Amino acid sequence: MKKIIRILIAKPGLDGHDRGAKYVARALKDAGYEVIYTGIRQTPEAIVKTAIQEDVDFVGLSLLSGAHNELFPKVVRLLREQQASDIIVFGGGVIPDVDIPQLKDNGIEIIFTPGTPISDVIQFIEANRERVSR
Amino acid sequence: MNDLAERILKGDVRAIARAISWIENNRPEKEKLIDALYPHCGNAQVWGITGPPGAGKSTLLDKIIEIERHRQKKVAVIAVDPSSPFSGGAILGDRLRMQSHATDEGVFIRSMASRGHLGGVAQATRDAIKVLDAAGFDLIAVETIGVGQTEIEVVGLSDLVLLVLVPGLGDEIQAMKAGVMEIGDIFVVNKKDRDGAMKLKAEIEYVLGIQFADQPEKIKPVVMTAASMNEGIDELLTAIDAYVLKISNNGFLQNKRKGRLKSEIRQIFTQKVSAYINQKYDFENRLDKWVDAVYRKKNGPYSLINGKINLFLRESNWL
Repeated sequence: MKKIIRILIAKPGLDGHDRGAKYVARALKDAGYEVIYTGIRQTPEAIVKTAIQEDVDFVGLSLLSGAHNELFPKVVRLLREQQASDIIVFGGGVIPDVDIPQLKDNGIEIIFTPGTPISDVIQFIEANRERVSR
Repeated sequence: MNDLAERILKGDVRAIARAISWIENNRPEKEKLIDALYPHCGNAQVWGITGPPGAGKSTLLDKIIEIERHRQKKVAVIAVDPSSPFSGGAILGDRLRMQSHATDEGVFIRSMASRGHLGGVAQATRDAIKVLDAAGFDLIAVETIGVGQTEIEVVGLSDLVLLVLVPGLGDEIQAMKAGVMEIGDIFVVNKKDRDGAMKLKAEIEYVLGIQFADQPEKIKPVVMTAASMNEGIDELLTAIDAYVLKISNNGFLQNKRKGRLKSEIRQIFTQKVSAYINQKYDFENRLDKWVDAVYRKKNGPYSLINGKINLFLRESNWL
């Protein structure tokens, strides 16, 4: 039986705009993944604890307030501190192009900006299926 | 492998989480793992929390966790949500209401998709409870998917069942029907601030009164709460404590746990036998031929299967 991939969709930071996160969560459900959604205003600590308890394969971070340069890398750092660097982190939201290289350097594997078709996200997950099938 | 069991016994969160995934994915290693953990099980109380969708099960649980943490209890939650019958995917959102406990080391919350299993819980729930029990949690709460009338499997997994109901879903005839209404050990009327809450409580009490007319000591408590406003939770826990004390003293709890074991062993036996036969007999490949024979009315379904089973038993020297 093919492993069912588990994904945490989380919103760090203080903005309450969760329409995008909910849209992605729902689309990923329809693509056959188990999606854990935790709501708005989560601390990086809470996100990492949740990711570990839920034993997810991916964490998708959504943020529209501009604090991504601070909060996205912090999630990756905390995961590493918890020996959970095998969990793949990706991001989305209103992220300026100039910030993307820096976020990738800090371990966020891919950033999906507004207008990305959901099929791109699914393609990214499927491309990493081997990596998470442990 | 046994390394994983040892880490679980020490309460290592990553190991606990990984073990539950193994169980969910039905990895072959899970059997040895469960056998290694089994001697360390039996210390936790297991509460089932069930009721219709939107009754407030998660919110109620959130408040219960808060109080149990004040009492220094370590709490684990398994929150089951349905898998899509079409894509197999799921949105697991119960955790959202309990996320205030996300960074508390004494709380472990795991969302679980039903993965096609009927009955209100997942196939993996039973063994996941064992992992959490062995890991040293004092209370394990199993929140079922939002149930209708027949999803009652949680009763076979837990020491006691909280049935969470809300006003506005039907009259007392609904409350008299068989099924979910019969599995509650403690009834919770949540959203007590809403119209009809008092009436619902009266209806439940009326039905319980008829059901236990000649054994009034068995009448179950009905507690009113407004979980989102944190009202009635202390009263609920008082009722739970009294119930736990009662069933611990009168032997009911012990019997219940033994009954649980019985159904579990029966289930493992049935699954193993069925898997063995499927494999040895190459069942899946023969199935189409059988379907064809029955479809063309060459055989009746029962005579066909009886014949095949007799043949299989003779061929395999089972008898």
